[in-house]
Amino acid sequence: MNVYLDHAATTPLRPEARDAWLQASETVGNPSSIHGGGQAARRVLEDARERLAAVLGCDPIEVVFTSGGTESVNLAIKGLWWARPAGTDAIALPDGEHHATLDTVAWLHTHEHAAVRAVALSPTGRIDEAAFAAELPGAALATALVANNEVGTLNDAPALAAAAAAAGVPLHLDAVGAFGHVPVDFGRWRAAADGATGLCALSVSGHKVGGPVGIGALVVSRHANPTALLHGGGQQRALRSGTQDAAGAAAFAAAAERAVAERESEAVRLATLRDRLVAGVRALVPDAVLLGDPEHRLPGNAHLLFPGVSGETLLFLLDQRGIAVSTGSACQAGVPEPSHVVMALGRSEDDARSVLRLSLGRTTVDADVDAFLAALPEAHARAAASGARARERS
Amino acid sequence: MSGGVDSAVAAARAVDAGHEVVGVHLALSRAGGTLRAGSRGCCTVEDALDARRAADRLGIPFYVWDFSERFRDDVVADFISEYQAGRTPNPCMRCNEKIKFAALLERALELGFDAVCTGHYATLVDGEQGRELHRASDAAKDQSYVLGVLTAEQLAHTYFPLGATPSKALVRAEAEQRGLTVAQKPDSHDICFIPDGDTRGWLAERVGAEQGEILDRSGAVIGTHEGAHAFTVGQRRGLQLGVPASDGKPRFVLEVRPVSNTVVVGPKEALATAEISGERFTWAGRAPQADAFDCDVQIRAHADPVPARAVIAGGVVTVRPHEPFEGVAPGQTAVLYDGTRVLGQFTIDRTVSAVPAPV
Repeated sequence: MNVYLDHAATTPLRPEARDAWLQASETVGNPSSIHGGGQAARRVLEDARERLAAVLGCDPIEVVFTSGGTESVNLAIKGLWWARPAGTDAIALPDGEHHATLDTVAWLHTHEHAAVRAVALSPTGRIDEAAFAAELPGAALATALVANNEVGTLNDAPALAAAAAAAGVPLHLDAVGAFGHVPVDFGRWRAAADGATGLCALSVSGHKVGGPVGIGALVVSRHANPTALLHGGGQQRALRSGTQDAAGAAAFAAAAERAVAERESEAVRLATLRDRLVAGVRALVPDAVLLGDPEHRLPGNAHLLFPGVSGETLLFLLDQRGIAVSTGSACQAGVPEPSHVVMALGRSEDDARSVLRLSLGRTTVDADVDAFLAALPEAHARAAASGARARERS
Repeated sequence: MSGGVDSAVAAARAVDAGHEVVGVHLALSRAGGTLRAGSRGCCTVEDALDARRAADRLGIPFYVWDFSERFRDDVVADFISEYQAGRTPNPCMRCNEKIKFAALLERALELGFDAVCTGHYATLVDGEQGRELHRASDAAKDQSYVLGVLTAEQLAHTYFPLGATPSKALVRAEAEQRGLTVAQKPDSHDICFIPDGDTRGWLAERVGAEQGEILDRSGAVIGTHEGAHAFTVGQRRGLQLGVPASDGKPRFVLEVRPVSNTVVVGPKEALATAEISGERFTWAGRAPQADAFDCDVQIRAHADPVPARAVIAGGVVTVRPHEPFEGVAPGQTAVLYDGTRVLGQFTIDRTVSAVPAPV
């Protein structure tokens, strides 16, 4: 039996996305070509852009298709940095951001002498709006997650955007893990902003909502003009040169539309499954701790700390039983690192190695929760015994 | 699965034998490179990918397990401190003792597996008095020496599918025939954590290099060196002595004294070693029943075994070869054999020269 509880890593392709891709792939022509075939492909592409803009709350011209979340984040942060207001040199960076953000900012720090203004997280993983606002004045840009991809905690995106607008600082929001699961509304979140300040860019990714891997988008406000990373044919406001992927865009738009349409009912369904899962884990392993915010969290996210037990070992033992879970953290050559997010919650490195992220999604049903709860006791007992012996030896 | 041909074929044979096999690649360095460079090293991302692709080919699950901390503490730190103490360690042996058949085996047993299967060339024989470790049938590839540290408990959970293969060429041919892409990958034969192969430069960075004196056997200063750790017993090159020996013969390192940072040199004859002994010993299976017995002893991975008499007394193993060894460094491991069977091993703490120093 295969049980998939890693939807936050990637979620199965939606049938409507596959159908849209296959249909669009029949169209022969580069969307930039002038002939009839090119025009047909362009129609597919711009239809997709409009549909995606509609569910993101932005104008179609503000949707820039990219290869995925990482490229979107890079374009936003590096692009806004290179287009920063004169005299600014700092980036406001909350702890516990995704590695696409952390490593991009680290690169700018090393190569461009960007100053980093860190914003601590609350013990539940939330960005404190006041602490965030305090780091904004005079900053070149700010960035923040809408929902933490590991512990699932939701931030108050409208408040963060309002603070950036008030401070006159350009803001990038990483909505890769949030889009399709919680409301995302670029236009409303940007409302208070003036010119290239406030919410300027927002990253989303296709495969996190049931679209294909290899396509994402960066919403770029019509008032912002980040510097491009890729130069060439000048497509997409010259922000992202390169032949545009009409079929990928069509599939992404189809998946996003469906995800957003189902969002409210799925949120209830997944939260119910998730709460049963968490309650079941606590009944079986009384010292397990749900990390993140108990209420303000992604509906499908259960992030559990198993004190004294290696998350990697648990993952391995569960995988042997056909149950796919994650430690949530980045891998270095196949080895999970201790989670920087868990440490940003004020937890120890030992704790940061003792977590599992269970993420439920579209295909998750009661039987998956039952299978996980059935496999957990033996896996936990074995991993706990192994951990205890390892501590004795050291 | 290192990413090399031996462990890939060993895994394939374990699968063929009907075992439930899981491929594990050991991450032994957190600073491993990305791409493989010749025959050096084994912990690059590319090596891990080679191992993964072999596992894919065999249809078995594959994981990377991180033993980098234990490797750093038990193998790399030991290597440095042994050199600092003037001894010549064998880190591959330490890795087998502390990592592959200890940390890895312990973890495997704890997670519900029965044995660790590796691509080592050695043979296991289940005799009436328990499991025995024997040489491989391919003498050129035999790795029983570096496995001499394994104890009965470890041997009980070990599986070497390549031990009975008459030659490495056959293993490569088998890999080719199985469609394993690593079939022609070069053997690794350097110390894996010293990727450029420059052991002396690597040690100099870590233990520091301080100028010291080179003495002859009478204690007379005949030159200087740039750090005693760079020398090992039996070494001839790199002494850079301006003055020739009075007899005109080449001089060799006879002894390294880390505390005084001095190196003692002398003629080749003075390397002859009549006796070696040590207190750190293990038995590979049942321990010898007698306190004194004849055996063959091997003091390096690629040395020939020589006939010897071993005596166990007062917690010390002492071995006297019938003909003297030439150039034995404290820190080396002596593995004792009875024919093809590995009896056990000890780390050499003391050596006794066959040629007394001139007074």
